[in-house]
Amino acid sequence: MSTVLSIRGLIAGYGWGDILHGVDLDVEVGSITCIIGPNGAGKSTLLKTISGLLAARSGDIMFEGRSIVGCTPTSVLSLGIGHVPQDRSLFPLMSVWDNLLMGGYILKDQALVRRRADEVAEMFPIVKERRHERAGALSGGQQKAVEIARSLMLQPKVVLMDELSMGLDPKSRHLAFDTVVRLNRAGRTVLMVEQNARAGLAIADHGAVMEAGTVKLEGSGKSLLDDQEVARLYLGRIDGSALSEGSTA
Amino acid sequence: MSRATKAGAIRAILVFALLLALPFVFTDHWIVNIAFFGLMFAVLAVAWNLIGGYAGYIWLGSIAFFGLGAYALAITFQHVPLTSGYLPFFALIPIGIAIGIVSIPLALLLLRVRAATFAVVSLAVLFVAEIFAFNLDGLTGGPQGLGMALPPFVVTTFERPFYLAMLVLLAAVMFCSWYLAKSKFGLMLFAIKGDEDRARGLGVRTTTVKVIAFALCCGFTGMAGGLWAYYITWIYPQFAMDPNTMFAIILMTYLGGKGTLWGPVLGAFLLAPAKEYFAYTLGGSAFYLIAYAALFLLVMFFLPRGVVPTVADFLARHRRRAAVLASGPRPAGEQVA
Amino acid sequence: MHLLIYGCILGILLGGVYGLMASGLALVWGIMRVLNIAQAVCVILGSYLAFTAFTVLHVDPMLAVLPISVVMFVFGVGIYYAFLRPIRRDRESLSILVTYAIAIGIEGALGLIYTTSLQHTGTSYATQSFEVGGFQIPTVELYAFLISVAILGLLALMLQRTRLGRALRAATQNPTAARLLGVDIDRVSAVGFGIGISTAAAAGAVYGMIYSFNPNSHYDLIGILLAIVVLGGFGSMRGAIVAALILGVIASVVFIYWPLWANLSFFGVVVVVLLFRPQGLWGVPNWATQ
Repeated sequence: MSTVLSIRGLIAGYGWGDILHGVDLDVEVGSITCIIGPNGAGKSTLLKTISGLLAARSGDIMFEGRSIVGCTPTSVLSLGIGHVPQDRSLFPLMSVWDNLLMGGYILKDQALVRRRADEVAEMFPIVKERRHERAGALSGGQQKAVEIARSLMLQPKVVLMDELSMGLDPKSRHLAFDTVVRLNRAGRTVLMVEQNARAGLAIADHGAVMEAGTVKLEGSGKSLLDDQEVARLYLGRIDGSALSEGSTA
Repeated sequence: MSRATKAGAIRAILVFALLLALPFVFTDHWIVNIAFFGLMFAVLAVAWNLIGGYAGYIWLGSIAFFGLGAYALAITFQHVPLTSGYLPFFALIPIGIAIGIVSIPLALLLLRVRAATFAVVSLAVLFVAEIFAFNLDGLTGGPQGLGMALPPFVVTTFERPFYLAMLVLLAAVMFCSWYLAKSKFGLMLFAIKGDEDRARGLGVRTTTVKVIAFALCCGFTGMAGGLWAYYITWIYPQFAMDPNTMFAIILMTYLGGKGTLWGPVLGAFLLAPAKEYFAYTLGGSAFYLIAYAALFLLVMFFLPRGVVPTVADFLARHRRRAAVLASGPRPAGEQVA
Repeated sequence: MHLLIYGCILGILLGGVYGLMASGLALVWGIMRVLNIAQAVCVILGSYLAFTAFTVLHVDPMLAVLPISVVMFVFGVGIYYAFLRPIRRDRESLSILVTYAIAIGIEGALGLIYTTSLQHTGTSYATQSFEVGGFQIPTVELYAFLISVAILGLLALMLQRTRLGRALRAATQNPTAARLLGVDIDRVSAVGFGIGISTAAAAGAVYGMIYSFNPNSHYDLIGILLAIVVLGGFGSMRGAIVAALILGVIASVVFIYWPLWANLSFFGVVVVVLLFRPQGLWGVPNWATQ
């Protein structure tokens, strides 16, 4: 397998402080890579820096062999990296369909945008059924589905997914992870950040643990799930003793 | 008394002593006249700063209370004989208190909204007041204006009593501003400006705090309006409640430094003479408006924080550098923030 | 009763024109959280441009609307880049002061060029009227209403159906997400501001056929426009249009019975709104309080 996204020594942050203190990470073509770690570890910041919402202060991000550091969100998007952000990112007063069309905003050819929208809608029944409804009227899980659908409008090679399962009920969460697996099988590389570490690692080919702005540990999804240390620190309860130890840490 | 308070007190005494001496040193009518307007705008700006600077509310209705004070005094002395020239000065005290009380229900209504909505509805207050001043002509004289008995002061020092009365008013409003800023109350206002919801969450009684600042602002503004009415003896709605005067007050506060004690005073002393001068030479014409707009934009873009904070920052940096130089090389590991 | 219905008819005709003026204000607020105090002076500027086109070039104001809109669009974009884009911090409050300064600057410039005497675009049909069911409808007010409705219709179509329209709405509803999808917020804001100013001027062109105006007229007008936006809910164009019709009718009816107090009805409504529904008719609740 070859590397599609390669991050080296990345430093970034807001205001005076840095949040990322030299991140190194490789994402293989066609894989699902899942980043886990505690709050404030810099997981979302990493995704924002990749997609150009936040400027890198040092280090390099290589996408298909070329550096995308300093690119605007628009050019990162047009190169083939989609981003489903953490907070609700739909336009609540616009119809589901218009939201979908916004996903193809950077394409000038409107006929192509409509064609893509039809294609994407085939994969997401919810989009097709409720295309005329206001996006804000959908449930949390349905909104996530529309967001994912929207991110596919540009047929990205890599999709960044930030906290997909946050705020979703168990059933919608299951559906959301299902969708990730489905689009991965359809050939898209996925780089996801997950608070729900166990579920995230379970579907991931590759896992990375971030803490305090660096990648602490890497391995296959399964190996991280099985790792005692990772389980104790990041996956929460396994047995009673681990719980008490974890809570004092 | 801490060193800072002592320095502040000395500064205040010095400034007020100079201002007190001014009409006795310079007796030309035009100088005392301009100085009177300088003081008046200082009072208005310091009062506006209570709600606009400390609490961060863009309050555009303040000048309506200026007009209210003006009409209150003028109407009162249509019915009360002017037995002494000094009587209206004392009448200002109950008028100011009354206006402050009247403003409380209005404050409770207006302060339900914030930011731009607040600015809009406060501008509506100004327009409503203007409509009333124009239309209630039985009371206000409408567009013909309302006159007062001429103040019986000797011509050679005619402006002096007004000047001194305005100086007293400035001292009073400055004292309130200083006291509020140093008390717990000032801290609450700053908290409201920073993040009102969080302040409320932390148990600041935000409404009470805002209403008190609002009532003080309106009361003092009304008193300044009354004094102004007595001074010019004939008032028209379009001058008593002029939107341009409203924005001039805000401009002065921003120029000097909003949210600071001395900023509004400095801004008023810098701009009020310029305003009078340009109004005189350009005659309130189109050029006057253009010059005013240009000045406004210059201040907004090049001195958004105002003179006082900018200079204070500069001095602090300068002093710190001097201290560093004096103490020799800094020990390793120490960082200047 | 007859008089009351007549007041309502005139109110709706006038409300349509106010709706066009205020919808630009709402659009600009929605996109960039700028409360454009200069909106009303741009209306007056439009009136003067149409007046000049009529008196000098003998072009009918209704034809002049198109070129005036184009010129004022460019003017608006220029103002955005020169004065609004540089405001990064505390934009909501500072923009009120900055656009106020722009307003008096334009007022001053108009005073220089046209003097402060009242003007009126006196077309041949300015004094005509026709009768419908016993009501005398002034021709020019009907034309003004129809033009306003036509422009609003085009605007709505643009917002609903075009790529630019979607981007404008997206930027209003969720700027961060719009940026993530490749929308250049700066450029969209500039275009939005240009549209706001150009609709104001278009409304001004027809307004000048109905009312006399001078450079000072914008003070009264901005009070009315702000009242409309408060009632409609900040940032909601639909709200602005409905509010303009409601307030137009109320003000016209009040004018018939108590002509001096007509303008007060605008602000009276603002107070009522504030008491019972601070977010306005269509506003999202937290916009009003934050």
